[in-house]
Amino acid sequence: MVNALKRKGVNLSIKELDSDIAHFRNISISIGSVHHDTWQEPTGPTPFPTLSTLRSWDHALLARYKPFYLPFCDLCCLCTYGKCDLTGQKRGACGITMAAQQSRIVLLAACIGAATHTSHARELLTGLIDRFGSDLPINVGDVGVEVEAPVTRLVCGIRPQTLGDLEPVLDYCESQITQLLAVTHTGQEGNNIDFESKVFHAGMIDHVGMEVADIAQISALGFPKAEPESPLADLGLGTVDVKKPVILVIGHNVTPSAGIIDYLRAEGIQSEVEVTGICCTALDVTRYSSRAKVIGPISWQLRYIRSGVPDVIVIDEQCVRTDTLLEAAKVKSPLIATSEKNCLGLPDRTHDNVGDIVKDFIDGGIPGALILDPEKAGEVAVRVARSIAPRRKKQGTDISKEELGRLAKKCTQCMLCRRACPNDLPIAQAIRAAAGGNLSLLDELYDDCVGCGRCESACTQKLPVHSLITAAADQKTHSESYCIRTGRGPIQDTEIRKVGGPIVLGEIPGIVAFVGCANYPKGSREVAEMCREFAKRRYIVCTSGCSAMSAGMHRDEDGRTVYEQFSGAFEAGGVVNVGSCVSNAHIAGAAIKIASIFAKRPLRGNYEEIADYVYNRVGAVGVAWGAMSQKAAAIAAGFWRLGIPVVVGPHGTKYRRMLLGRSDKTEDWYVYDARSGGKVFTGPVPEHLFFAAETKEDAMVMVAKLTMRPNDTSKGRANKLANYIDLHKRFVGGIPPDVHLFVRNPADIPLTMKDEVTLHLKDHDWKEQPIPDPTLLPRLIHKKRV
Amino acid sequence: MPLNESWQTAEIPGPKKASLIIKPDIADAMIRRAKRPIMIVGHGIVEYDVEGLKLIDCLIEFATKAHIPVVVTASTNREFLNRGFTPAALMPAVDIGNRLTDPGWKGFDGKDAYDLAIFVGLPYYMEWTILSGLKHFAPNLKTMTLDCVYQPNASWSFPNSTIKDWVVNLKGIVDGLGD
Repeated sequence: MVNALKRKGVNLSIKELDSDIAHFRNISISIGSVHHDTWQEPTGPTPFPTLSTLRSWDHALLARYKPFYLPFCDLCCLCTYGKCDLTGQKRGACGITMAAQQSRIVLLAACIGAATHTSHARELLTGLIDRFGSDLPINVGDVGVEVEAPVTRLVCGIRPQTLGDLEPVLDYCESQITQLLAVTHTGQEGNNIDFESKVFHAGMIDHVGMEVADIAQISALGFPKAEPESPLADLGLGTVDVKKPVILVIGHNVTPSAGIIDYLRAEGIQSEVEVTGICCTALDVTRYSSRAKVIGPISWQLRYIRSGVPDVIVIDEQCVRTDTLLEAAKVKSPLIATSEKNCLGLPDRTHDNVGDIVKDFIDGGIPGALILDPEKAGEVAVRVARSIAPRRKKQGTDISKEELGRLAKKCTQCMLCRRACPNDLPIAQAIRAAAGGNLSLLDELYDDCVGCGRCESACTQKLPVHSLITAAADQKTHSESYCIRTGRGPIQDTEIRKVGGPIVLGEIPGIVAFVGCANYPKGSREVAEMCREFAKRRYIVCTSGCSAMSAGMHRDEDGRTVYEQFSGAFEAGGVVNVGSCVSNAHIAGAAIKIASIFAKRPLRGNYEEIADYVYNRVGAVGVAWGAMSQKAAAIAAGFWRLGIPVVVGPHGTKYRRMLLGRSDKTEDWYVYDARSGGKVFTGPVPEHLFFAAETKEDAMVMVAKLTMRPNDTSKGRANKLANYIDLHKRFVGGIPPDVHLFVRNPADIPLTMKDEVTLHLKDHDWKEQPIPDPTLLPRLIHKKRV
Repeated sequence: MPLNESWQTAEIPGPKKASLIIKPDIADAMIRRAKRPIMIVGHGIVEYDVEGLKLIDCLIEFATKAHIPVVVTASTNREFLNRGFTPAALMPAVDIGNRLTDPGWKGFDGKDAYDLAIFVGLPYYMEWTILSGLKHFAPNLKTMTLDCVYQPNASWSFPNSTIKDWVVNLKGIVDGLGD
């Protein structure tokens, strides 16, 4: 890696040189970029780790959390030897086992995710450097943020100070992703645990790529800089003024959306056009201008486009429905594609005159254009929206209730809609009721529908099934009116100093991060309900991405969303929206900063020690309740390597493997006591590293359990146990059957539950255990002073 | 629809598919043959209430008659407790699935490995993936589902059935176990 970096900068150092003209000593020549390293901290053992550098750490985790593979297919079909039948312990033509094949698919997913974030970061960074110059300082917090890129500092061992400093970081990410992808070729890695180690590597790289993307856009585009009380933005279709021209942006790369805002600002017409968004572009455009509005998560794409409200649709990259052009054409909304990664077969108009493109949209009726210049795309979008809106009159493909009844009568009850539905929703039953005039069942489906449209593709009668659902629920759709706190970006160092102690000692029961996509088993509201419950219990709750939107789409009995009910500070009972997908790096960054700022552990290129600290002491848990994408897989993997467990919803079993601990195997739960060097039993904390819950209730009980760490003080453990026991009693019934595994001494027992827990301990042959200074790394055992 | 077609149309596993329980006697024979059966019950069972018969009551009768320990995976536990039935264990679905792949695991009573796992009431796709894990990584275990939809990754599964037919089949299995 050092060589690769030198290639960029070309450094040459000569100790002695004899020539015809003179004798030289200690010459140093640098060509190209010169990195002014002002970071005084000594470099740790693993700067710029390669594929195998952190292998022993990964293997230590994987020895506890062995993969439980859940093949989604009996076969391997990745090469022309195949398809290979891997059932019954058979090996494929290349010799691969089912276990290795599953881990290989997990690695592929993690590589796709890491590549997507890193490519997003590269595109952003290149554009921002072109616009602002490579010397633009990184500034993600005017006050209170001195450790401004904790993931990059930890992994790469460098401290980036300008946009230009981020380029070699991405060079590193890209080289690692290329090598990781190569690992999945036929006849490379053959061992499933080594595949899994590389999954962790891909996840770690993913977090570096995400961090680069977000700190670059925060620094250059003036997003909120670690502000606990960043502004609230409108959320939901009901907040849109449909009398105005409306632009819809979908995707993840904010630059075209920023181009729209810039043009509106330059023309002084911000109040005349509604800029609305779906997916992370929506979150990031509200960070750029809090006048922009978030419509909802990915699952709102079909329903919002079909409503006819958006007059122009601008798409960039990632998680954009690939049939958007078709859907846009049906409602006569022009579409502008803005990413090389997503051209949709459209003609490239990047170098054409703006006036000509606008004219072709308005008079020529072209359905779409590819414009790879964000500023130009922004201007075209605004001008077209203003011209076309009066003519379009928000004409959608929504159907009337009368039409709904007529269409419903065509249904043959073949059940293919239900069999195509990811959530097995009783669609045919609801359509039958609608045919008889009862729309209530269809209306109920709206809440649980993930908006994928598979029901329509499957329908033999060509019924617009998804539109039948939204038609029945039209009052709900148009009254969705909520708010979301705009993404604040990183957590301040000062906040970390305040909460570091209470978190590590367990007095704040944990950090629970609701992240990821919207493939929920029972609708968005479950995320909001979980957020509210944990915030009320004084956990620190973080949100990001589609989950941040879902968290805001529900009101309490007083009519408040979680963002109005709780503060946005990183504190007990705070609900902290860090921002979009790429902002997830700040959640990992907060855990890393607890180790480096609060506990003063060396940060620079010192991955294992920091991860060991986080794993054993920081009670953080990720919840990706609707995880769907490969990016979510990579994000989760980055948390795993850092020792942070992740809970997913039931659809998460389709990621093909879990990482589960065995609480019944006592031999798995020993750590080194750094004080004595001896091995100490800690109980199964945290019990799992990657776990799919069946219901929201299961997830909440498991989250409370997974926040326990070996280092908890008795006061802290009692607090965590009180939450675990209370949630278990409420949702499952009775005291948890494994509670004796988490009590180390009588002081760990919650005071209000003393009698019942003590009785349980007596029934389970409980013995007192010491509380160690825990580590999995023998090198961290304190050396005895002579 | 064909009897042995995956309920969720696209969830087709490959060459190894479940045999059909076309009549209750088949299930009874499998249960009688098993030395160490176990039943895993998900949260979906409380949703079924057909002609006055609650599925959970049918399962309690089934487990009691056949002396099969019941593992409850989710908040359904409360429903069992309300009926005076205490499950053998509470354990999340992926956790019990994982343990069943371990040939060295001696079960909740510490006596021996289970040889038949009967699943019912998990979300279709989650049961599908867990049964796939067991199909591939628990070679000594037979699996059976009592749901009314075809689960291709089980060793034995009901076909896709109407609720009425399904109830008749379940009653038939319970009756076949004798008193």
